[in-house]
Amino acid sequence: MKKVVTGNYAVSWGARLARAQVIAAYPITPQTSIIEKLASFCADGEMDARFIKVESEHSAMAACIGASAAGARAFTATSGQGLLLMHEVVHWAAGARLPIVMGVVNRAIAPGWSIWTEQGDTLSQRDTGWLQFYCETNQEVLDTTIQAFKIAESVFLPAMVVLDAFVLSHTSEPVDIPDQADVDAFLPPYRPQLKLDPADPRAFGALVLPSEYMEMRYKMQKAMERALVVAEEVDREWGEHFGRRWGLVEPYRLDDAEIALVTSGTVTGTSREVVDALREEGVKIGLLKVRLFRPFPHQIIRETLAGVRKVAVIDRNISFGDSGVFAQEVRAALYRADARPPVFDFVAGLGGRDIVPETIREIVDYTLAHDAPTEEFTWIGVKT
Amino acid sequence: MREPKTYARNYEIPEEELTYSGSVSCPGCGATLSMRYALKALGSNTIVVIPACCWSIIAGPFPYSSLTVPIFHTAFETAGAVSSGISAALDVLGKKDTTVLAWAGDGGTFDIGLQALSGAVERNEDFIYVCYDNEAYMNTGIQRSSATPWMAWTTTTPVRHPKEEPKKDIVAIMAAHRIPYAATATVAYPDDMIAKFRKAKSIRGAKFIHILSPCPPGWKSEASDSIKLTRLAVQSKVFPLYEIEHGEKVTINVWPKDGGVPVSEYLRLQGRFRHLSEDAIAAIQAEVDRNWERLLKKAEMSMP
Repeated sequence: MKKVVTGNYAVSWGARLARAQVIAAYPITPQTSIIEKLASFCADGEMDARFIKVESEHSAMAACIGASAAGARAFTATSGQGLLLMHEVVHWAAGARLPIVMGVVNRAIAPGWSIWTEQGDTLSQRDTGWLQFYCETNQEVLDTTIQAFKIAESVFLPAMVVLDAFVLSHTSEPVDIPDQADVDAFLPPYRPQLKLDPADPRAFGALVLPSEYMEMRYKMQKAMERALVVAEEVDREWGEHFGRRWGLVEPYRLDDAEIALVTSGTVTGTSREVVDALREEGVKIGLLKVRLFRPFPHQIIRETLAGVRKVAVIDRNISFGDSGVFAQEVRAALYRADARPPVFDFVAGLGGRDIVPETIREIVDYTLAHDAPTEEFTWIGVKT
Repeated sequence: MREPKTYARNYEIPEEELTYSGSVSCPGCGATLSMRYALKALGSNTIVVIPACCWSIIAGPFPYSSLTVPIFHTAFETAGAVSSGISAALDVLGKKDTTVLAWAGDGGTFDIGLQALSGAVERNEDFIYVCYDNEAYMNTGIQRSSATPWMAWTTTTPVRHPKEEPKKDIVAIMAAHRIPYAATATVAYPDDMIAKFRKAKSIRGAKFIHILSPCPPGWKSEASDSIKLTRLAVQSKVFPLYEIEHGEKVTINVWPKDGGVPVSEYLRLQGRFRHLSEDAIAAIQAEVDRNWERLLKKAEMSMP
């Protein structure tokens, strides 16, 4: 069934079709309509779920942790400050190996107050042990939300499905909403082997001595490495069921490209337009969309970018004192490549400032005009 | 108000042990005894949630457990929220007869966990929340909490600058949420404690039990005095045993014998109060008397 829905509603539909059993959430702009829709689904009996209207995001994640540990499929959604408040228990969810799925609408961090898009909220959760998917379209948001449950429940790590504030969260697009029966055939019920069960009493999360702790972290990393394989496999299965695939990364017109843009989120859509226009003008340019940020698909990125002459990363985020975060990761991935193209990094669109085709043209022009970067990164459109 | 003539006591304490012996708790620890009684009352179909507190240690390091029931260890301020999630999951999975028991210290309840607790009981989530109150951050080495009594010594309220604020009235805060059941209990009265856990188990919705839990290292008391101390706390009216149903109906469960004993008898057995002047003890006595009168009036108003 095709429906015209916002990015936020695509998240809600994803959680509904995945048959989330416990939802715990706290409202924050611009995530709010995700949970309003879910509350409405639950109230109307269209979802057989318990919705816990918690008093904070910290408690939203904590309640999901409890629910997941007791064997239920748990879902939440948040944004910006809410995700930062959660941070402690975001780590806890991963360390407890609970496959919770969370929709996150990227929102810039205060002060000053901003409700507009920027990736700093999710990227500052980079090292928590969560999978992170960055989405370009509403269809991708819906599909990824359902896929995320399957991947998370296979590797026992939680997953974030990330979408840009307003540009995606509040923008309507036609979305194919799969039939429940088809989703059920793709995603079986969550039945963990270990859970809180008085018939099989176990202690979870106890004090761990230095003689054991490191092995637990080793297993988390191994699960992350497995997630790369599982995410690819689940995406392939999704393709078989629904005729669409998204890939861990998506190369676009890269085959003979000399310059590769590296993008994530909605910047990708705008960049596709610019790539098409530049191709018309004879510029050999393509782009690589990074959909899966954690685990980071080092090898695919290395192999995909190894042949190009220059790489230009667009970062809608900044790691203060360093550069954009995606560029750090791409540089690290390329370091082991035999032929390392120079990586230009462009920090643009912070606090929801529009990234329009002209912005991307400016980035390409800069990249064409320089053999190699002369600085760690370049500000785009900043008033100094 | 007079003490009712008949007070029904339940002396039957189940023999089955759901806690193992040999845990790493300190000698004379009230929190350990309290868990033993709580689980005897609740039975094996119970899931225990433990935020950061002394019990994070007493429950045993990985891969051990000092309980025969499932334990979920969680972050300091999350007992209310994690228990809400477990309770919701059990509900949706159709396991409505399992009891969820949140087991937190005074730090995790009065201070850092108060928001999550308030949220959970306001939503009337179906679990029993226990605060075993040893009146300071004992697991980190005796720092003041908002449960620390007025003028008590702790490492962050040294004798030359003892705590100047009164203890927070956590049961009143819970009762103000109009929850179905809030009660006090302590280890010198195991029959009363077990009766309260059984009653809590029989009620759907949010239940809160505040347990005064002696801590010999923190109170600077003798381990062998723990039971005696909590009996004196009740008999001196420092810690009356009562329950509040739906925020209104107040019942005093244990009445001090012959009008009770002076607070000095309770205070003098604890090194944390050794520095108190006669004036300070008199001030504590006056405060305890006022609180008792207020409790009596509330109980009287609840009489049919």
